[in-house]
Amino acid sequence: MTVESTAARKARRSAGGKAGATGTERAGADAAPAQEGSGTTGTAGTTRSKRAASTGRTGKATGTTGGTRAKQAAAKPRATKKAAATTAAPAAGTGTAAEEHQLVQLLTPEGKRVKNAEYDPYVADLTPEDLRGLYRDMVLTRRFDAEATSLQRQGELGLWASLLGQEAAQIGSGRATRPDDYVFPTYREHGVAWCRGVDPTNLLGMFRGVNNGGWDPNSNNFHLYTIVIGSQALHATGYAMGVAKDGADAAVIAYFGDGASSQGDVAESFTFSAVYNAPVVFFCQNNQWAISEPTEKQTRVPLYQRAQGYGFPGVRVDGNDVLACLAVTKWALERARRGEGPTLVEAFTYRMGAHTTSDDPSRYRHDDERVAWEAKDPIARLRAHLTAANHTDESFFAELEAESEALGRRVREAVRAMPDPDHFAIFENAYADGHALVDEERAQFAAYQASFADAEGGK
Amino acid sequence: MTEKMAIAKAINESLRQALEADPKVLVMGEDVGKLGGVFRVTDGLQKDFGEERVIDTPLAESGIVGTAIGLALRGYRPVVEIQFDGFVFPAYDQIVTQLAKMYARSLGKVKLPVVVRIPYGGGIGAVEHHSESPEALFAHVAGLKVVSPSNASDAYWMMQQAIQSDDPVIFFEPKRRYWDRGEVNTEAIPGPLHRAAVAREGTDLTLVAYGPMVKLCLEVADAAAEEGRSLEVVDLRSISPLDFDSVQASVEKTRHLVVVHEAPVFLGSGAEIAARITERCFYHLEAPVLRVGGYHAPYPPARLEESYLPDLDRVLDAVDRSLAY
Repeated sequence: MTVESTAARKARRSAGGKAGATGTERAGADAAPAQEGSGTTGTAGTTRSKRAASTGRTGKATGTTGGTRAKQAAAKPRATKKAAATTAAPAAGTGTAAEEHQLVQLLTPEGKRVKNAEYDPYVADLTPEDLRGLYRDMVLTRRFDAEATSLQRQGELGLWASLLGQEAAQIGSGRATRPDDYVFPTYREHGVAWCRGVDPTNLLGMFRGVNNGGWDPNSNNFHLYTIVIGSQALHATGYAMGVAKDGADAAVIAYFGDGASSQGDVAESFTFSAVYNAPVVFFCQNNQWAISEPTEKQTRVPLYQRAQGYGFPGVRVDGNDVLACLAVTKWALERARRGEGPTLVEAFTYRMGAHTTSDDPSRYRHDDERVAWEAKDPIARLRAHLTAANHTDESFFAELEAESEALGRRVREAVRAMPDPDHFAIFENAYADGHALVDEERAQFAAYQASFADAEGGK
Repeated sequence: MTEKMAIAKAINESLRQALEADPKVLVMGEDVGKLGGVFRVTDGLQKDFGEERVIDTPLAESGIVGTAIGLALRGYRPVVEIQFDGFVFPAYDQIVTQLAKMYARSLGKVKLPVVVRIPYGGGIGAVEHHSESPEALFAHVAGLKVVSPSNASDAYWMMQQAIQSDDPVIFFEPKRRYWDRGEVNTEAIPGPLHRAAVAREGTDLTLVAYGPMVKLCLEVADAAAEEGRSLEVVDLRSISPLDFDSVQASVEKTRHLVVVHEAPVFLGSGAEIAARITERCFYHLEAPVLRVGGYHAPYPPARLEESYLPDLDRVLDAVDRSLAY
């Protein structure tokens, strides 16, 4: 051995008596120079030669890994093709009859009221006024949604996630909630927000880029929109655990989509809510598409059936039937309030538009599909029902049209008037109790900004 | 009342005190109930406060933190235990994307007073994923506060303060020091949670450490004293926010700084300290800021950890190099 390390010439000071407390972290044997080289514990010198040897091995190993990767890459397309060919589509969304998808349905696509002994009681007390109210909610929500899409096209919003086609699922379930219930939305629950009394213009701040949420969740018991998929299901479960601890009879509802059903957080929320019997309703809007991936890329079984494995009921409801969504959600919320624990509701619906304004569905789905779902439109079917039952007249529709246009105008004006926040908002609300670094950086930022003002002032 | 107790016991007493003082405080995690946690830090708490307040959770870290967020939204103050450092990552998403940001996203309307306890660090001969020091991964995230006590008194008081904090606090517990005993005065008036403490005064060089490495640095200072060198040891206590003022004051006096942590040196908290102290004390420093810590390699098997972790010789070697400039 020719290479001598400095360590070999140096006595380890940890061998000294006073430093003995550290001895537990370093065996005494390798601390004595006399023993170096003789024992199996490597000296610094041998370590060096070992290092050189291991570098060689590393190089080889990398090569092997590379080869494996290449093989995997080659194998992948075949596997994908196979999966696509063998995966049946148990829940593909092109059927027409409710039975085909085991849906709870109270209103057919043609607007015909069908009897359902189990769920009729939950809508039995609805008056014609209530039905008109549901219709109004859906129309105004769709109008607001269309306005937001336009505002994005006009450059007033950076992005918009449209709910087009999901109005019945959102209004039906939203109207089933009580004021003391608590709602945990995704970022697409504009109709539920409407039902909770959140001003639609409040929803637009994050899409315009002036804030990341902005409303007070406790004002309407409507939590902030959650963008990371499925995270809110756990928040809802924890909140529901708290409701139960408080002995309150409120319930909690967590919204998520078919894509989110693949997230671990959603699975964990099923586990936690079941174990603690938490008063929470999981409301899954299966709109058939997670951006470009159809539901069969997320699941082999209908989503509502997953509940069984966790030990609570799962129900699939016609998500384009506002009455059925209202009834089933009421039933589930009442179960929760009675202390019977969680329920999974799968609202079988369709995302009529793009995932967001940045998406282009023509790249991955046929327009025939959308056309087929148009025949099941949630608003058209309630309108047909209202008209057939003589619950409305032309003046109702005319007034609603005027109200719709007024809402669109109000939203447009509010967004255009929405100012950019002050630069210092960057540092606001980073911490509730303050943070020295934030204070320091805010001061540096202020000084930097002020340096421009000084220069301008000095002109 | 002053009593000598181990760090684990001090945390236990602190949790007990918090559970007694505030009905909204909850303790939750895997095996925290009957077992009292794998390190017995929650020993006896479920027996005295019941299953509704000391909650054995399903084995799912994201679920633990995610439901703790929900409970905090409902007005509770959950203290959650992550069983070991290496197991926190399933919850990292909830901590980073949700826990850290909720206050800002709600423009200050929603507070999440959640404490995440993480026993961390090596030196106990454990299997993989049981010896890591991921504190920098949390300190890097705005919205979180990150602290680590080094002694029993701090363990007691910093836990009290973390629970009282309206911000989420990641509470790193030096697991290899759990059984080190020290005086705890439960009636004292504690200093601020995020202020560093001078654990030993000196004039020649400053050693900065936190958690498990403070004890090592005190031993280093003893050894150096025998060689006629006077080292000052600064116990950071808090990693975010980090008390640069105290470090600066010490370095302006000693003109030499060595930062010691178990976590890998690369982009670790020592890197931030080196950068900021260089900026603040450029004309005071007589040597570059040196760092002693873990290597940029996965935490090694237990039989190798002595070579991986900073020890007396490695820190003294850095002291030598600093003073030789």
